Amino acid sequence: MKLYDLIWLVPLFPLIGAAFNGLVSNRLGLKKSVTHTVALLGSGAAWLWGWGAVIQWYFTEDYHQPYVVKAFTWITGGDLKILDGSVAPVDIAASFQVDPLSAVMLGFVTFVGFLIHLYSVGYMHGESDRAYARYFSYLNLFMFAMLTLITGSNLPVLFVGWEGVGLCSYLLIGFYFEKGWCASAGMKAFVVNRIGDFGFILAIFAAFMVFGTLEFSELFQAMQGDHHGQFAAAATIIGLLLFVGAVGKSAQIPLFVWLPDAMAGPTPVSALIHAATMVTAGVYMVARCNYFYQASPTAMLVVAVVGGVTAVMAATIGLVQNDIKKVLAYSTVSQLGYMFLAAGVGAYVAAIFHVVTHAFFKACLFLGSGSVIHACGGEQDMRKMGGLKKYMPTTFWTFVAATVAIAGIPPLAGFVSKDAILAKAFEAGFTDLNGFGNVYFLLWMLGLGGAGLTAFYMFRLVFMTFYGKFRGGEEAEHHLHESPWTMTLPLQILAVLSIVGGLLIGFPGQLFHLEGWSFIDRFLEPVVLSHGEHAGHAVSFGLEWALVLLSVGVAVTGIVVAWRFYKDDLEFKRATALAERFPLVYKLLLNKYWVDEIYGATVIAGTIKLARFLWEVDARVVDGAVNGTAHTTVGSSFLSGIFDLRVVDGAVNLVGTTYDVASRWFRRLQVGFTQGYAMVMVFGAAILLGVFYLIKL
Amino acid sequence: MDFLVANFGAIFFYVVAALAVAGGIGVITFKNPVHAALALLETFVMVAVLFILRHAEFLAAVQVLVYAGGIMVLYLFVIMLVKVKNLRADEVFLSGIAPLAVLAGVLLGALVAAGILLGSMAAGDASADVLRTVVTEGGAEVLGNTEAVGWVLYTKYLVPFEVVSVLLLVAMIGAIVFGRRDAALADAGEGVES
Amino acid sequence: MIGATHYVALSLILFCLGLIGVMVRRNFITVLMSVELLFNAVNLNLIAFSFRLGDLAGQVLAIFVITVAAAEAAIGLGLIIALVRLKDTVLLDEADVMRS
Repeated sequence: MKLYDLIWLVPLFPLIGAAFNGLVSNRLGLKKSVTHTVALLGSGAAWLWGWGAVIQWYFTEDYHQPYVVKAFTWITGGDLKILDGSVAPVDIAASFQVDPLSAVMLGFVTFVGFLIHLYSVGYMHGESDRAYARYFSYLNLFMFAMLTLITGSNLPVLFVGWEGVGLCSYLLIGFYFEKGWCASAGMKAFVVNRIGDFGFILAIFAAFMVFGTLEFSELFQAMQGDHHGQFAAAATIIGLLLFVGAVGKSAQIPLFVWLPDAMAGPTPVSALIHAATMVTAGVYMVARCNYFYQASPTAMLVVAVVGGVTAVMAATIGLVQNDIKKVLAYSTVSQLGYMFLAAGVGAYVAAIFHVVTHAFFKACLFLGSGSVIHACGGEQDMRKMGGLKKYMPTTFWTFVAATVAIAGIPPLAGFVSKDAILAKAFEAGFTDLNGFGNVYFLLWMLGLGGAGLTAFYMFRLVFMTFYGKFRGGEEAEHHLHESPWTMTLPLQILAVLSIVGGLLIGFPGQLFHLEGWSFIDRFLEPVVLSHGEHAGHAVSFGLEWALVLLSVGVAVTGIVVAWRFYKDDLEFKRATALAERFPLVYKLLLNKYWVDEIYGATVIAGTIKLARFLWEVDARVVDGAVNGTAHTTVGSSFLSGIFDLRVVDGAVNLVGTTYDVASRWFRRLQVGFTQGYAMVMVFGAAILLGVFYLIKL
Repeated sequence: MDFLVANFGAIFFYVVAALAVAGGIGVITFKNPVHAALALLETFVMVAVLFILRHAEFLAAVQVLVYAGGIMVLYLFVIMLVKVKNLRADEVFLSGIAPLAVLAGVLLGALVAAGILLGSMAAGDASADVLRTVVTEGGAEVLGNTEAVGWVLYTKYLVPFEVVSVLLLVAMIGAIVFGRRDAALADAGEGVES
Repeated sequence: MIGATHYVALSLILFCLGLIGVMVRRNFITVLMSVELLFNAVNLNLIAFSFRLGDLAGQVLAIFVITVAAAEAAIGLGLIIALVRLKDTVLLDEADVMRS
């Protein structure tokens, strides 16, 4: 049986788990053991089937072609006339595919997802049964959405997953919704995401109007066959609009503000969604649609610039944050910037590579911080931590491993992927890619600087948390303990992957004159559209090694500085002194450049003003019109009532009055006065006679 | 003198007629009912004379007997029994209606008179003997007015005769009923002594 | 010559007088007398035409009229007695029980 023929089962398993936990466990308040068993089965089945399907596909089919499986016909509209005059049927299928890119994504998403589900069993054990069920239901639902996103074979299916992960992000960030700030954080995430989604939807419309299809394979073929650049303009527009979506989903400038606030959710959520998987959906989407960017130098440049600037800016903010999760959040934003920087220089493979390695070490870091927070009884401020090394050894070494990885020290995973990115950025500058060589050079330098900053703030975190003396008070010190195996096992697995994963997946063979040793380079090659560009070595061998040493040196510098400021100096005197010497800079960084405040004063205030104004219009004009109609109706009915009363009743009464008057008048004939009657009779006779004469004569 | 003799019939008629009209005016004018009754009596007698002039001898006798002898006496009895207050002059006639009523009567009279005057009647009276003829199976006989009337009354007009006799019976009963004294009415009325 | 016309005219005059009397007189007895006057006028008319046309029917009818008049006079006077017993008046405008 071909497992990959039923690839749509991969998202389905967690969906069933989510449905069960949400509708049954949550309602009936089943025991936690039931809930997490179902959830682990859901995500575990997705993992095993996913890996099985991918491996089977790799050895059965030709991996150069995407294998598309249509589950059912989803949308059938009529025919639509598209831009070039032809008629395209609106026929969107719910179809899924197995191709190199989705295989890579499936590989780590299902596995890391499963590990985090396992971790959550230990982390969330303190919740009530109902909340526990709700949590796992949402987590499984997220897996369903994410897996739909990465296995979808056309833009609408991807978009379904895209929206789904946004929804689950909202649900999980606002998991502790009884606290107002958590609920607000969830809403903020969703609303900011929505802004990006607007761009995404416009991109889908544009793509359909230009190409008449939304299937990835067909779009790839259309762009591949475009030798004269007729789709260049369209590609620019579509690429930029798609990137707007990516900016929202992957928290780049200017829509990154939701990610730090998203730390209000439980830590496993931060690990899964806001480190490993959801936020990388933007990068996946850019890589998936690389043919648009390859055809549009403008779009590529925008992507690179946004990515590069975000990488550095977020790193600077992370330098001074005191909340452990906030540091990691800004670190995520920064690393995502690197991924987009890679995409922006045409290094889509490097971008995806960094996605995978980042998943390993960032998830490990977040889960480790969760372990720390758990031990400190919920405390997240690093100034109240310290010396945890001896209390939590497993957490410690896994955390350090992941930190070394993110700092970019060889031969760990972070170094391999980050170096690939920086090398490609340098190459773009060196070869004057698309004529923007200067800009790319600048971006390379920013990336390099950012690497140093990354090393610094990560090791700052490590030193503040695990070294020195515990600063949280005697009471808390007694509670410090290592976490249970359900939490430490995932940490260890992820740490190992952070160490060796990079070399396994993408060995940088070119540094040793070895060609084709990078599995990921070979594997993802069919995904990227290239018009036969020579993938040769623009940068010479020696220059490459120089770059490697440069980036390592920068990283080591960062570590050393952190060592001086935070390891040896138990009260952080030097750090504080530095902060006092540059108070404005410190404040600027600590307050994250006041981005939220600026947004609040401009966009949000403006929107609220607009909403108020429209509400006024609605209340005054619309409601006024409606009320006016009501008043008019009341008035007119009042008038017709008057009419009925006076005129109609008057007419009726008039008849009665007429009778009354007439009868009163006629009654005078019958007074009971006999001789009056006699007189009348005589008169009558006279009249009769007169008439008789008149007739006769 | 010759004129008188020649037109005696006409003069006689006009005199009698005038007296009858005077009597009639008297009836409607006198304030004392006894005077009015006497005027009426005079009118009755004059009418009887006029009957004789028209060769209705039997009827003239009946007129005097019944009217003058019976009805007038009845009226005078009732006037006596009922204590009639003597009214003043202005209280004789009903106030509001009198002019209008006179007008009505005069109007009607004028209209009828116009009819009479404008119409024409063929001249020629029948002979007096016609009114004295009795027609039997045997033949016609001229006897007298009474016989003639009697004969016709009991042959040709027998049914009306019988009906009228029933009517008289009914009237008699009615008069008795009217005149009866009820115990309830006895206390109310004070002017009648039975 | 005195013809039927004269008698009819006389009859008309007496009839009108009788009518006026009925309508005008206040005393009920006098009203009844006026009614007798009416009867007489009618009789006169009948007799005149009886002679004129040579038919005894007129005279027979006149007999009947006299009979009826007599009956009516009797009833009428009975009414007067009743009225007097009830209202102690013969004046018609005081007999206003049925009047509105």
